[in-house]
Amino acid sequence: MQRGGPEASRLSVRCRFFARYAEMVGCDTYRLAVPSGATVADAVATVRERLRGATGLPADPMVAVNREHARSDRVLTEGDEVAFLPPLAGG
Amino acid sequence: MALVGAEPIDVHALLDSVSESSSGATVLFLGSVRRGPDDGPVASIEYTAYVEMAEQEFGRILMEARDRWPAARCVARHQIGTVLAGRASIAVAAAAPHRREAFDAARWVVDQAKVRLPIWKREQFDDGRRSWREA
Repeated sequence: MQRGGPEASRLSVRCRFFARYAEMVGCDTYRLAVPSGATVADAVATVRERLRGATGLPADPMVAVNREHARSDRVLTEGDEVAFLPPLAGG
Repeated sequence: MALVGAEPIDVHALLDSVSESSSGATVLFLGSVRRGPDDGPVASIEYTAYVEMAEQEFGRILMEARDRWPAARCVARHQIGTVLAGRASIAVAAAAPHRREAFDAARWVVDQAKVRLPIWKREQFDDGRRSWREA
């Protein structure tokens, strides 16, 4: 149950983009407001709607939340860092 | 020493940090930027990383290696930024009482790093073209 006004029902997360994805969306970081209870999948869908070039992102990209790999049903909390990770290619 | 950074890899520092009189075997692996017949005229590779996560994950890999081979000492480093063809982008050193543990530990750390570190590479060719390379 949410309490308070409309402000209380939204939370802010910091999206980060790397390598090819950063080129695609044209930025490294993006502050995103999502409804309370939003999941990683919701954040991905919102980014794909809002950022020019983000439609090229996979619908279910590899994502890390606060530096840990996260499933698409992971519920986000205020201040989370949501990183969009292209296929890894170190070495 | 940072596990992921822009400074060129100091092989001697890595070897010194695993050196111990009880180690009868030391393995050093260097992964280098390749310019082979199947790769095209690669002049360099530019590596970018999610540095905070890569540091955390690399540290975790080394801790797991310690659990798997308690007698082995492993250190590693991945360079980011531009690495010229022929130069090392990743190094792993492992020292252990016997060679099998040293080889096994070094190989395992490299294999894990390849699939777990959030690092990406963009090849730059002699003619100036650049291309993201994904594993």
